[in-house]
Parts: sequence; C-alpha cells; structure tokens
Amino acid sequence: MNEVEKIEFSKEAKALSERIIKRYPEGRQKSALLPLLHLAQAEFGGWLSVPTMDYVASILNIKPIEVYEVASFYSMFNLNPVGNCLIEVCRTGPCMLRGANDIIEHIENKLGIKEGETTPDGKFTLKTVECLGSCGTAPMLQCGADYHENLTNEKVDELLDKLGASGKRSSYMWSLKENNR
Amino acid sequence: MARKLLLQHENVPGINTFDVYRKNGGYASVEKALKSMTPDEVMEEVKKSGLRGRGGAGFPAGMKWSFLDRKSEKPRYLVCNADESEPGTFKDRYLMEKIPHLLIEGMITSSYSLGANTSYIYVRGEYMYVIRILEKAIEEAYAAGFLGKNILGTNYSLDLFVQPGGGAYICGEETALLESLEGKRGNPRLKPPFPAIAGLYASPTVVNNVETIAAVVPIVNQGGDEYAKIGIGKSTGTKLISASGHINKPGVYEIELGLPVEEFIYSEEYCGGIWKGRKMKAVVAGGSSVPILPTDLILKTAKGEQRLMTYESLSDGGFVSGTMLGSGGFIVLDETACIVQHLHTFARFYHHESCGQCSPCREGTGWMEKVIHRIEHGHGHQGDIDLLVDVAKKIEGNTICPLGDAAAWPVASAIRHFREEFEYHIKYPEKVKNPKHFELEPFVSEKSLVTA
Repeated sequence: MNEVEKIEFSKEAKALSERIIKRYPEGRQKSALLPLLHLAQAEFGGWLSVPTMDYVASILNIKPIEVYEVASFYSMFNLNPVGNCLIEVCRTGPCMLRGANDIIEHIENKLGIKEGETTPDGKFTLKTVECLGSCGTAPMLQCGADYHENLTNEKVDELLDKLGASGKRSSYMWSLKENNR
Repeated sequence: MARKLLLQHENVPGINTFDVYRKNGGYASVEKALKSMTPDEVMEEVKKSGLRGRGGAGFPAGMKWSFLDRKSEKPRYLVCNADESEPGTFKDRYLMEKIPHLLIEGMITSSYSLGANTSYIYVRGEYMYVIRILEKAIEEAYAAGFLGKNILGTNYSLDLFVQPGGGAYICGEETALLESLEGKRGNPRLKPPFPAIAGLYASPTVVNNVETIAAVVPIVNQGGDEYAKIGIGKSTGTKLISASGHINKPGVYEIELGLPVEEFIYSEEYCGGIWKGRKMKAVVAGGSSVPILPTDLILKTAKGEQRLMTYESLSDGGFVSGTMLGSGGFIVLDETACIVQHLHTFARFYHHESCGQCSPCREGTGWMEKVIHRIEHGHGHQGDIDLLVDVAKKIEGNTICPLGDAAAWPVASAIRHFREEFEYHIKYPEKVKNPKHFELEPFVSEKSLVTA
C-alpha cells in the first residue's frame, strides 16, 4: 500500500492535468485520459505501472479497467519498464526502401541488444515501430519527442553517443508541460 | 510554376509566427467570413469549390458539411483529423510544422460556418513536437483576438484545443478518432448514425483532414468558383503530395490537380527522377492502402491515355489496371526493390494496426503477414499465392471500417501485377534468403526471356 500512496503528480503536472481536464465539456472528463497517460508516463519513469494507471483513474473518477483497456490499446504507452532513452526506429515500406533495416542492424550491433531489449546499464531500449510520417526524410528514428531523420550509420553513432552521455530520460511530453493554457 | 494556395509562403522566414503570417495576408478569411458572410454563405463557397476530402476518401467537403444536423439542440463540433498515419503520407505534418496558423485560420473559418463553439485538433501522439508548435500558435491567435470570446468584436466565440493521440493508425478513421477523443480505445463505430448526426459526445460533428480545413482559407478568400478553375473535372484545386522512396527529391509538393504523373516523377520541380540512375519498377500512388501499379500502368492507363494526378485518372481502369489518389502518399520503387519484401512491411503494418474488433480483419491481417513473411524468406509453399488472394477477398468488404479493405488491396494488387515475383520466391528459396536479393540480381521476368 505504501507504494501506491507514493504515486502523485508533481505540483506542476497536477496544475497541467487540471487545465487539460477543463478542455472538455462538463461530465466528459474521461476525454483527458490520453493526455493524462502521456503526462503520467513522463512523470513516473517512462512507463505505466498498474498503480500509476490506478492513480490516473482516480483523478478522472473512472474505473481502473477503463484506463487499462486504453493504455494497452495504444502503442505509445509502455506497460513495462524501458531504458532511459527509448529508441524507436521506423521500418515500414518507405523507410525500408531507404535502408531502415541496415540502420536497425547497425544500432543492434552498436548497443549489443536486439529490438525489444534494453541495455544492461538501463540507458537504451530499442524498439521498431510502424510508420511515423517521416517517409520523405527516411530512414528515421524517434527518441522522446524528437525526430532524427535522413539517418546514416555515422549520424546514428553520433546521436547514440550524445544520448548515452546526457543521462537524461527521453520523454514525449516536454511539449504539454510547457503549455500554459 | 504551378500555382500554390497552401504552401505559397512556406519559405518566408518566421511564417510559423502570428505576426509574419498575418503580414502575409493571414487570417483574412476569418475577417471576411465573420464580418461579411453568413455561416451558410461560407458553406456555399466550399460547395462551389468542389473541394474533396484530402485525407484519402475524397468525399466532397461541402456536402459533408451540409449533412451536419443543424436542428439538434446539442452543441456542434468541428474535429480536425491530424492523425496522419497512412504509410507514405507526411503532408499534414509538414503543413502544421511550417505554417501552423494556416490550419488554425481554417479551423476558425470552418467552425464559424458549422456553428461550432468548441473545436479540437486530434494530432497523432508521435507528432508531439508538432503539438507544441500548434499550441504556441493557438496561444498567439488567442492573444490577437482570433480565438476566444467575441472574435473580432462579433458575436462569434470559439475555443480551440489540441488533443494528442496515443499511437494508433485506426484513429485516422473518423469514428475511431471520436472514440479516442472521448478517452476510449480506437474502435470504429457502426454507421449509421454518422458523425454529422451523432459524433463527438453524441453531438453533431464534422471531422475533416488538416489539408481539407487549410484549403477552406483560399476558398473563402478567392471564392469557390475561382478555386474550382484549377484542376480537371471533379478534381479541383491543389493537392499536397508526399513523395518518398527511390526518387532524387523526396518531400512535400503542392501540385495543381491534373498534373501528368510522368511529369511529377521526372521533372526537377518535383521528384527529380529515380535515384542512382536506376529505372522505376512500381508506384504506390496514394498511401499504403491503394493498389500498387507497375511502371507502364502508372504512366499510362490501360487505354493508353496519359495518367494524370486526379482522382478520376488515377482510378481509371478500376482495380484491374488503376489505383487511387488516396491521401497523396506517393511511394516510388526502383528496379532493385522486392515487391514481396515491400508488401511484407505493409502486411505487418496492417496486422499491427488492426483494432481487433472484426474477426476477418483481426485474423486475416495476421494470416497475410505470416504467409507473406514465409514467401519473402524462402519458405513459401505452392498454393500460398492463391491462399493470399483468398484471404484478401474474405477480408474485403466484411469489416466495420475500411482498414480491412486497406489491408487487402495492397496484397491483391501486388499479386495481380507482380505474380511472377511471388512465384520466383517460391521457386528459388535459396536466392531470396539474402534480404538484398534483387539488389544483387534484379528480378527479370522469365516470360520476357522466353519471348525475347
């Protein structure tokens, strides 16, 4: 039970969540679920544990199952822990035509892991994803909110070195956090 | 040079800011509509323009607007579909990133016409940095009095919000999008009722693609008749095309509908020809869902007429020898590409993105992915090709939403036009085990060898 009690948004995340809920008509607060799950994922280590999802359910006054069924449907929500930097490489048609498979192989060799795995030091998780709408600048990968495009092996090396050294956790959420409305 | 209606200011420094956008004529359509036109007059211009939905289906936008239940006492909503996820399509992202105020201006003018006082832009979650750009632009528009209460001193008020998705292709289907916006799984709804009657929160709702809403701006500014002068027949105006694959200049291009496909691929103004001096093998002209066509059929119709970038010309010949303009996701494959390998990525995509609601799609997409995977990797059986055709047929038309069709069409068309390549994979399993098989030894039709 102690574990559950510890889960609470920071002051600024709480304020943002309240602003988000106000975007929808009275009685429609469930509409805030996806934005709040993004926020919760950013706040609580890059993934959604069951206590985290229960916490979001309590904020929106909905049943926990309503959160689980949504979190498990959308591919951006991680239901298991991930490394500090979640590297998501697109491999759908247009990216594949421009060499995505070679890029994936290169990252696997460089990090010493296969897709879906996390490096032992917890710095990187490698994931392959479906089309991210960057076909004209393929091959590409996403890390947090950032798109890295027109990739070559050299660019990948440079990026991974930089990300590994920074020690920062990648997050999709920097945008909503800065939002003032 | 082709006329540009959406991207004419794309290279103006600072065009993403309110001040620069305004100085370049931005928000004129809001002033014109709110101060000198009734909501119905705005809709009449959209009808006259012949504008068709730019998300892929190509349904006339003005007609869609006219279906909105105006007798209902419930609030009305305009929801912008910015869940761009069709492989090969990235035009909406480009437009929102470069000229966010164009979308916001279109949202205000369109919301006014539809009588919506709250509107949402549903953006795919992966475009989080684009969401930040839009939110900044929306703040600027509020500060300048173009959003909020009593816009420009009129009686009209509008609040505009951006909603992030969670990573699901299916949410580009309008009823799935509405489910998602209500905080649920993105399962498409049974229709009717259509969103125009019972959409968001069971209220009358119009869902339009980003590019469609942006096009309302030039339509209101110059008038629908003027807009309709561009293009051919029922394909009016300009269209954003996302060009990718084996071409020299991938990117987003605004074309006048009616441009010859050949010119689009080979002219320096657009794709700049095939990369590395290679020959073209095939084109997917309208996003991953539409039928793939071999070079001869994408450049000319089966009747021998020049193929044009219009809804009608691209679909000439039906699915036997034609395709669709779709979302304008234009993917070019050169002679070293493997049709089966390329198709496998699409089959995997649709399997991954099926919402699981209808069994023909949930099960069929998985079967197609597995069978194509084994053919591609040299484990194909005799009979697999016919099995694929059979599965595709059983999905098509048997699902609640068009994702099933979208998964079936690429498979059926690849086999229709490139059956020999599939047969090659089954005949020479050792050769295709190297994933770069056709780069090492480009595929040559054995039929053509015999006839030569």
